[in-house]
Order: sequence, then C-alpha cells, then structure tokens
Amino acid sequence: MNIITIEHIAKIYQVGTEEVHALADVSMTIGKNEYVAIMGPSGSGKSTLMNILGCLDTPTKGIYDFNGVNVSEMNDNELAAIRNKEIGFVFQTFNLLPRSNALHNVELPLIYAGMPSSERKERAMEALINVGLENRVYHRPNELSGGQRQRVAIARALVTRPSIILADEPTGNLDTKTGQEIMILFNEIYEAGNTIILVTHEEYIAEHAERIIRLRDGFVEKNEKVENRFIPQKRELH
Amino acid sequence: MKNFLFELKESLLIALYAIRANKVRSMLTTLGIIIGVTSVVLMSTAIKGIDNAFQEGVSSLGSDNLYIDKWAWFNNDIPWWEMRNRKNLDMDDYNKYEDLAKLPAAIAPTIWTNKKIKFKERNVEGIMISGTTYNYINTTNLTFESGRFFNDFESRGARNVSVIGYTVAKQLFPLGNGLGQEIKIGDVKFKVVGVLDEQGSWVMGNFNPDNQVFIPIDCVFKYFQGEKFRSITINVRAPNSTSVEAVKEEAIGIMRRVRGLSYSEDNDFSINQQDGLLSTINQTIGVIQIAGLFITGLALFVGAIGIMNIMFVSVKERTREIGVRKAIGAKNRTILTQFIMEAAVICLMGGMIGLGIAVTLSMIVNQYLPTAVQADSVILAVVISLLTGVLSGFAPAYTASKLDPVEALRYE
Ligand SMILES: Nc1ncnc2c1ncn2[C@@H]1O[C@H](COP(=O)(O)OP(=O)(O)OP(=O)(O)O)[C@@H](O)[C@H]1O
Ligand SMILES: [Mg+2]
Repeated sequence: MNIITIEHIAKIYQVGTEEVHALADVSMTIGKNEYVAIMGPSGSGKSTLMNILGCLDTPTKGIYDFNGVNVSEMNDNELAAIRNKEIGFVFQTFNLLPRSNALHNVELPLIYAGMPSSERKERAMEALINVGLENRVYHRPNELSGGQRQRVAIARALVTRPSIILADEPTGNLDTKTGQEIMILFNEIYEAGNTIILVTHEEYIAEHAERIIRLRDGFVEKNEKVENRFIPQKRELH
Repeated sequence: MKNFLFELKESLLIALYAIRANKVRSMLTTLGIIIGVTSVVLMSTAIKGIDNAFQEGVSSLGSDNLYIDKWAWFNNDIPWWEMRNRKNLDMDDYNKYEDLAKLPAAIAPTIWTNKKIKFKERNVEGIMISGTTYNYINTTNLTFESGRFFNDFESRGARNVSVIGYTVAKQLFPLGNGLGQEIKIGDVKFKVVGVLDEQGSWVMGNFNPDNQVFIPIDCVFKYFQGEKFRSITINVRAPNSTSVEAVKEEAIGIMRRVRGLSYSEDNDFSINQQDGLLSTINQTIGVIQIAGLFITGLALFVGAIGIMNIMFVSVKERTREIGVRKAIGAKNRTILTQFIMEAAVICLMGGMIGLGIAVTLSMIVNQYLPTAVQADSVILAVVISLLTGVLSGFAPAYTASKLDPVEALRYE
C-alpha cells in the first residue's frame, strides 16, 4: 500500500516577469515502510519537493494523494493537522526553538495535537530516551552538540508517531562521524517499521536507503533500487 | 469549549515561556503600559479624592441650611450688575426677618472682614473674621476642642470675645491651647473663649471654619467697619431637610415684605443653598475628569503603540520560530492566540506594576492632597491593561499567523 502518490506535480515561482519551474513535472509513489533517498544537484528542486510532500507548501499543478486523501485541495488548517499527526520533519539546520529545552522542543507537536500535559511529558521523555538523550533532557539547544541537536529534532519528528519522516539534508551541517551516528539512528527508525524520505548530496549517505530518486531541473532523472544497501553497524551514541 | 480552554492554557504557558526567555525585551515592552496604567489609576484616584473632599466640604455646610444674601452664589440667570445694584442687607432686615419667621430652627446674621491677628510676637494674616451672634452656633454643626461659643449676653453686649478655628489656633499657639488668652484683631484685644475642632475640608478655602475667627457682629461694626459698609448674610437653618422648601418659601415672603417690594418687582435678594454649590462643583469635576481621561488616554495610546511596535519586532525576530511551530502542526489560530496572549500577559504584568506604583505614589501624595485608591481602580487597571494587550497585540499576532511556513523557515 502506498502512503504517497504524486502525479505530474509542478511548482512554478513567478520572479519578476520570469517563471521559475522549481519542479517541472514530477510523479512518484512512496510505499509503506520504504526508505527513499532523493538526490540531485543544487537547485534541482529537492527541497521544493520535500516541502510539498510535507504539506508545508502546495503544488502549482498536479495531484498529491496522501494515505488516500487528496491533499492538493486542503486548506491551511487541514494541512496543519496533517503536518502535526502524519509527518515528522528533520531539517538540515535542526530548527529547534533556541530558548526552550530539549523536552519542551520534543513536547511541542503533542501540545498542538491537544495531548494533556502528563501524557505528553511521558511520550516526549520516551522519544528522547530512544535517541539516547536521557541525560540532556533539560539542556537548551545551545548547550548541545550539533549531533545531539539533530537527535532532539529526530525525537521531535518521531514523538507523534507519524506515517512518514521527511529529512532534508539531515547530515548536511554535521561532520562525517556525527553524520554516521545520525544515519545509524535513521536505520533503527526504519527497521522499527517507519517510512523515511531523505534528501542528501552524499552518495554514501544515499546508499543507506532502499531506493534513490534523482532529480534534475525539476524532473525525475532516475528512480532506481539500491542493489546492496549499506546497513550501518550499531554503535554507542554519544 | 474544552478544546478552547486547553488552547488558552497552553498558549498562556507558551507565552510565559517566551516572556521568560526574552526578559529584557518584555521589561521594555511593559514600560509603556506601566506608565499608562500608573497615570490612569493615579488620575482616577485623584479625581475621586478631589470629589470626596468637595462633597465632604459641601456637606459640612449642612444640607438644611439657607443663606439669604444680596448675591446669588451660583446663579447665572441674574446679571451681576443687577445684583450689585441691589440694596445691601443690613441688621434691620435681619431683625425684622427674625421677628416674623416662624419655621426656622435657628437664624444668625454674619458679616466678614479681614484683619491681621496677633498673639505676642506671632502674626497671622489673611484670616477671615466672621461677625455673628450667639445663635450662629445653632445654624452649624461646629464642635469644640475646648471652650464654647460666645453667649447671648456677650453677643448683645459686643464684648471682646472670640472663637478661633483649628488652623488659626495652631498658627497662633503652636505649643499649647489658646483658651483664655488675649489676641489682637487689628488693634483690638479679644479674649479667646473657644477653640474649634478640626472641621472642614481644604476645598472650602477661607470659608473653612478652620481658617476663621468668630466675634460678636456688633464688635465688627464698633471697631472695623460701618454697619452699612457691607451687606450681611442671614444664615437660616431649617428644622430638618423636609422642611427646607417651606422655610425657603417663608423666607422669600418675609424678605419681600421687609424690603418693601411691590407685587411686580423681582426679588432684590437671593436664597442660597448648598445644592447650588454641589452642582457647580460637579460641573468642575466633570471638566477635570474629561481632561484627565484625555491625558491618560493619550498615555495609554502611546503605550499601546509601543507594545504594538515591539510585538511587530518580536514577530519579525521570531519568524523562524513561527515557521518551525507551523511545520510541526501549529494552526494559524494557535499562532494568533499565542502572540495575543503574550501581549496580554506582558501588559497585565505591566498593569500590576503600574498599579503598585500608583498605590505607593498616592499614599505619598495623600499626605498633601486627598486621594482614594479603591477596589475599582484595581479592576480598572486589570481591564485596561488586558484590553490594551489584546488590542495592540492583535495586528502583530495576525501578521505572525499569516506567515507562509516555507518562507518563514527560510528566513535568516
Ligand atoms: N520562493 C522562491 N521563489 C523563487 N524561486 C524559488 C523559490 N524557492 C525556490 N526557488 C527556486 O526553485 C529552485 C529549486 O529550489 P530548491 O530549494 O528546491 O533546490 P534544492 O534542490 O533543494 O537545492 P539545494 O541542494 O541547494 O538545497 C531553485 O532554482 C530556486 O532558486
Ligand atoms: Mg535544498
């Protein structure tokens, strides 16, 4: 069963008199418990695609079906509800609330979901333990390393138990070793039954996925299975 | 409903969180509202205090009293030059009226003059010297710190006796009681037979008994001015408030006869009552109130603009945060509530601080001017600061709620 089906999606920006086709014509499906990497040169439309898949943005043309629901026709509130319940975002720049501690950051989506305080504290705690941050619960982002910040962001993405995790260059701001740790975490999340779409510039990161979709100039250039996907060794997180 | 309360509670918590996270900015934001609320509370307190003082002062005149006078005290209907051309009221008029009047509880003539008062080396100037008869005491509610009012015998015999008001006594005899002492009014010696309690209110000015000295009316004529020099006032007290109208009707009838007015002539005297004073005072206070409201309204408006400005800056600064919140599921309405709540909480805190300052200030001021902080000032402060917060927070909050999440996340 497919979680995501998009058909002939286009995203066109009007810049002055010129039309910029960030996405020209993109179709694809993402199945349940798939692990997909999206690659492509800078400006090929990866982030634009991720924003549309994540219901942050709406396409100019085309059909977007999410779990059997036509997202293209939803209003702001309905999109916010989908983002809250069905989608977990991980960004290159972490995007944590700078003045809130890790727990509060992870709790936030549950507040918007209307969950009572005690229950959501418990859930947020559990999510932080899952990413190995039980000792950093009350630290603020500026008191955490880059890798730890990204793990808080991953905990925040997972805490609502969404249908899909969208990660736009999650290792882009991290050194190789820390990036590998994050990839171990994504692998665990995938093996636990989650669906992941991940944007990256690095071939070796993309090879963690089952499938690689390559974009160029707003079109899908290639969409192919990874023969021998790279399965990282479990290691201690620190 | 339950949902709404949940959202309100959560946005309150988020607002508190944000305020704590931005302490300095929050403090600066409150400044405008602190000034606004302080001035509102102070102003309403001062107006109430002045009002109270006036009411008290006026009621110390006694609501059962009438004053027959050449002049209408508060009347604007009769032109002043007409009143000036009226014949003076003199002791003859008084004596005839006193003979004929059946209804009043007490009647006394009064006349005033202005003399320097001396006791040994001490001088007091600008004191109102009231000449009257023993019956004057029965037209008032005056009480005595010591001594008594002059009696019938002293009053008729024009004896050199005096009754001095509280403030006058304090000035002449700062260390002790003046009872029995001889003071000099002008160049004439008078014995002090009575010292009054503190009576009145500052609003009455020279008419406040505290600032007066009472002597027999014939002494005034004997030592200070001729009997026809100045018009007298006849103080009349009705037995009770229900009979005031009857006493007034009777007085008009008698006075017209005494003054020899024919049927077609207008009254050449006026009957004054504290009602007239009250309505004049209420008009004055009304003007003060409007001016006060305008000034404080302006202060609050400036405060509100300041808050709006800082909230706009805050929204701009936190664009990315808003993007993040939206990305993880905050609805437009949630963001709107959060920012309005933040403005409201900041304003409420400012309002409470302003209230504290106002209460402290009015306690200090109270030593010089009468003020009255009351429960409704507190309610006023809360309502005004909440309202200011919601109103001035709305536009910035609305802007925040309408931000496009993708743009907001990209914002540097
Ligand atoms: N708001 C916008 N207005 C105009 N053009 C835009 C806007 N957002 C994106 N674009 C354009 O759309 C194209 C695709 O941008 P996008 O961010 O999706 O690229 P990307 O593949 O994520 O690149 P990178 O690898 O550098 O992150 C680019 O040419 C970009 O300039
Ligand atoms: Mg990108």
